[in-house]
Amino acid sequence: MMNVVNDFMQALLNVDRLLAKKIIDDHVSIMHPIQLIEDIVVVALERIGTGWQDGTYALSQVYMSGRICEEVVDTILPPSDPDRKDQPKMAICVLSDHHKLGKTIVYSLLRASGFELLDFDIVEVNDMVARVKEQKIKILLISVLMLPSALKIKKVKKIFKDEGLDTKIIVGGAPFRFDDQLWQEVGADAMCETASEAVSVVHNLMECVS
Amino acid sequence: MIKNQMTSLQRVMATLGHNEADRVPFFLLATMHGAKELGMSIKEYFSKPENVVEGQLKLRAKYRHDCIYNFYYAPIEIEAWGGEVIYSDDGPPNSGAPFIRSFDDIKKLQAPLIDEVPCLKKVLKSTQILKEKIGDDAPIIGVVMSPFSLPIMQMGFDKYIELMYEAPDLFNILITINEEFCIRWANAQLKAGATAICYFDPVSSTTISTKEMYLKTGFKIAKRTIGRIDGPTATHMASGRCLPIVENLIQTGTAVLGVSWQEDVRQLKTVCQNKISVLGNLNGVEMRRWTPEKAEEEVKKAISKAGSGGGFILSDNHGEIPFQVPDDVLMAISEAVHKWGQYPLHWLSDYRQTR
Repeated sequence: MMNVVNDFMQALLNVDRLLAKKIIDDHVSIMHPIQLIEDIVVVALERIGTGWQDGTYALSQVYMSGRICEEVVDTILPPSDPDRKDQPKMAICVLSDHHKLGKTIVYSLLRASGFELLDFDIVEVNDMVARVKEQKIKILLISVLMLPSALKIKKVKKIFKDEGLDTKIIVGGAPFRFDDQLWQEVGADAMCETASEAVSVVHNLMECVS
Repeated sequence: MIKNQMTSLQRVMATLGHNEADRVPFFLLATMHGAKELGMSIKEYFSKPENVVEGQLKLRAKYRHDCIYNFYYAPIEIEAWGGEVIYSDDGPPNSGAPFIRSFDDIKKLQAPLIDEVPCLKKVLKSTQILKEKIGDDAPIIGVVMSPFSLPIMQMGFDKYIELMYEAPDLFNILITINEEFCIRWANAQLKAGATAICYFDPVSSTTISTKEMYLKTGFKIAKRTIGRIDGPTATHMASGRCLPIVENLIQTGTAVLGVSWQEDVRQLKTVCQNKISVLGNLNGVEMRRWTPEKAEEEVKKAISKAGSGGGFILSDNHGEIPFQVPDDVLMAISEAVHKWGQYPLHWLSDYRQTR
């Protein structure tokens, strides 16, 4: 299996869509889609994410890998497929600024890992809270690039508390990587260093909200 | 030249020549703190060139640093192209929705003319006034976004990466337009009185691009662009990593390299020694919650790693100090560099033994 993961990962790093799809197609008849996703797609994406963290791979590769995996997974496991994970309702958003790359990567990686989630796109605090309430979101992933946007999460957390919402907040983005105490300062429940970490962080939080 | 009588400009020139000056030069790359000094909002502050002049002069008088940083905010170039800028009370103005909405928009794109754009004229005006006021006492740093990095704000990061991989012809068209704009914008600032140009190029960093892609794109673009800028440049990675491409960055002809706290400044200095000067690399985001003692320790650590032999300017790692960094921390950084940055660095051997 490791050879398959290596080949798949190499195809992703080379942005070779056709080869990546062929590798998955070759295994779809012998593996259950969820098992294929967890054993090949998720493992490859996690290794690429770790490689970005240690400086081996570039963000452009992380992004393109996520996009390719999202496309591949949609072909073997459509969004409405009952085999998609039984999960609490989740959403992802960018708070305040127009830098959406991080959000797009995490969205792709979670979907490529078999999760379903709503994409709130770019929102301000009040709009975000209203949508969380309306959609009964249990896990909210917030991506930011700018420090002032990160600090606004304090306000989100306060409103959640004041209104009795038990929605868990997962944060990610440059300010949190540059200051490892910031996620706790803003009141988040978890922080992802890399996009691929979101998969395991969501798994852990799912136990708290189920 | 008596070392302890150096002006800031002389100090910087000495270090760029890879010699030890009277002390380690210190660039406080603060933009928004000028508004705080003048007691006005960030939006009001950037509305008039006279405010930026006064803010920069007040900051330099207060913190005794070695440059004037005539940088307004990153999306000022986007404003020039007709894009949206969103102001905030506690952070840098941010770019709004990208104005290149589809790849086809690139085909009809036209760069703005510098002389016809009010926001760029403001920058040129403050450059002129600053030059009149400080003469050759300190370098005035102008700023451009590299042609390779500007598209992040022009079209959004995700679409830009897709353009690079999937539409190389349109990528080349966009870069050609951006190169001409960047060169004209840099040279206009130099003509107005800027001493050097900071060439922000985070997309070239290995945090964002692979080395292979950089050599095909950002490297060639920087070489062409920097070659046509009529003055010295400092290439800034804006927190991105660059160790694997340092040799290539040197070949672009740039004089200074702005580096990230995520890389070891000692290792960077070793690779750069006598070839290119290093600018950096205090962690600006973390700086927000430093104590004055922590600030002093971080300054000592950076100087101990990279100060020897010149070729090093102490600064933050991003090229913009967050608005939330308190004045006492900035003051502690300034006092520490004035105390521990004096050449020769006699304290180093004892310090290293205790590490």
